[in-house]
Amino acid sequence: MSLAKPAMRGLLGKRLRFHLPIAFALSLVAAAAFKYGVTEPRKQAYADFYKQYDATKEFNNMRDAGVFESVRPTGE
Amino acid sequence: MLFYFRMLATRALSLVGKRAISTSICVRGGHGVAKVDDYALPAYFDRRENPLPDVQFVTELSAVQKSLKEKEKGSWATLSNEEKIALYRISFKQSFAEMNEGTKEWKSVIAGMFFFIGMTGLVVLWQRKFVYGPVPPTFESEWKEKEVQRMLDMRINPVEGFSAKWDYENKEWKK
Repeated sequence: MSLAKPAMRGLLGKRLRFHLPIAFALSLVAAAAFKYGVTEPRKQAYADFYKQYDATKEFNNMRDAGVFESVRPTGE
Repeated sequence: MLFYFRMLATRALSLVGKRAISTSICVRGGHGVAKVDDYALPAYFDRRENPLPDVQFVTELSAVQKSLKEKEKGSWATLSNEEKIALYRISFKQSFAEMNEGTKEWKSVIAGMFFFIGMTGLVVLWQRKFVYGPVPPTFESEWKEKEVQRMLDMRINPVEGFSAKWDYENKEWKK
């Protein structure tokens, strides 16, 4: 039988040389995807919310709905 | 003869490589013989992590195999490919490819999984009907409506979550 002699050495090195760059690349892609898919939209959502936020108006609405214990609704 | 047997018993069990040791006797200090059980002798097994077992596979060589073993003692270049394979099969039962091949066991495993998940489902259904009492009043529709209204009044998660989906001007869920 004339099979080629199989690789006896350097198996781990070969595996690492193949898989480590892929692993790093995929990790970077995952991090970038999370940043631009989740954190940036979330930051934008908060910025937009507070741009038009009137705290006093919201407080009065909540007060009139009766959810506070420290202040009663206006007119009671 | 006694020296030969003592060598076998004390040191050279792996050198001989044949299961004929089962017929030899250990003579211990004049007290008599101790029978060596089969399971106590070096065994042959096909394992990937133990590539060279303690004994060869074929224990009783036929005449052809014996002559082949004699030929093996000479130059290996004279051995044909069939003879090399025959020598391999004397020493080993399965090749690595044969011992590593998968079985169809996974089908039984999946079938068993589904079966037991099904049985568990039946048990859970029975439990729901015969063991558990009624669900608390907080699950009723009127209660839930009041709960949702109170959450909206409190502005729960107004940026991205619950209250963010409610349209406070038109008093309805945002489209």
